[in-house]
Amino acid sequence: MAYILEKSFPVEAGAYTTAGEASTTIKRTLKQLGISAEVLRHVSVACYEVELNLVIHSLGGTLTLLVDPEKVTLISKDVGPGIPDIDMAMTEGFSTASAEARTLGFGAGMGLPNMKRNATEFDIQSEVGVGTTITMSFALAS
Amino acid sequence: MMTIREVMEIVDGKVLVGADRLDERVDTACGSDLMSDVLAFVKEKAVLITGLINPHVLRTSEMLDITCIVFSRGKMPSEEMLAMAEEIGITVISSPLTTYTACGELYVHGLPGTKRKTGVTEGV
Repeated sequence: MAYILEKSFPVEAGAYTTAGEASTTIKRTLKQLGISAEVLRHVSVACYEVELNLVIHSLGGTLTLLVDPEKVTLISKDVGPGIPDIDMAMTEGFSTASAEARTLGFGAGMGLPNMKRNATEFDIQSEVGVGTTITMSFALAS
Repeated sequence: MMTIREVMEIVDGKVLVGADRLDERVDTACGSDLMSDVLAFVKEKAVLITGLINPHVLRTSEMLDITCIVFSRGKMPSEEMLAMAEEIGITVISSPLTTYTACGELYVHGLPGTKRKTGVTEGV
């Protein structure tokens, strides 16, 4: 598949101050490509949620943006710690976020379900001690 | 639906950013200090009423294309936050009212809450 755009952003664990900067760049980049406001909102919300998850929960990772003529794809890949129970993590209201994350207004246990709701396709693979990979795609045609 | 100018008058607020955009229209509102919930519920052309002051309020609002933020209880965002709001193009209002009262006043003046697609929640 030939991509129109392919870009990766490293996301540091615990970097609350800069959390969201990758999502801001991704949103502005996609806007310049002329993607519709509705698709852009879905991508932006899911992207911000997954970036925050990397900051709050992971030991660090990478957020990758891929754009082809049919869809936008976001891949979040971290280096651990992995999710022991994915079904539990996908439940609204369940959260293991730190007090620091909650102070900033996050950690309500809405992130993963909200990503799934916004994406056209959503996949999560996780192994404890190895890491978590979330792949989301967003169809460009409505 | 109402204009940002009406929102400002109803919450007895002061515009800190976006004085030239007071005629823009907003359709719904959301009152919350929990950005996780804001990310899950809010639609476009919305006003966010919050007592939470940190840059993530602005980042969350940018992702959702929120039109206007009302900081309640007279809270004043930092210069850094105001500069961010300028850059993003979000109107920022500071209101002396509590979050509850600001939301209540906007609601009784006809600005509805955001509704989730499942129809479970109103006025989050």
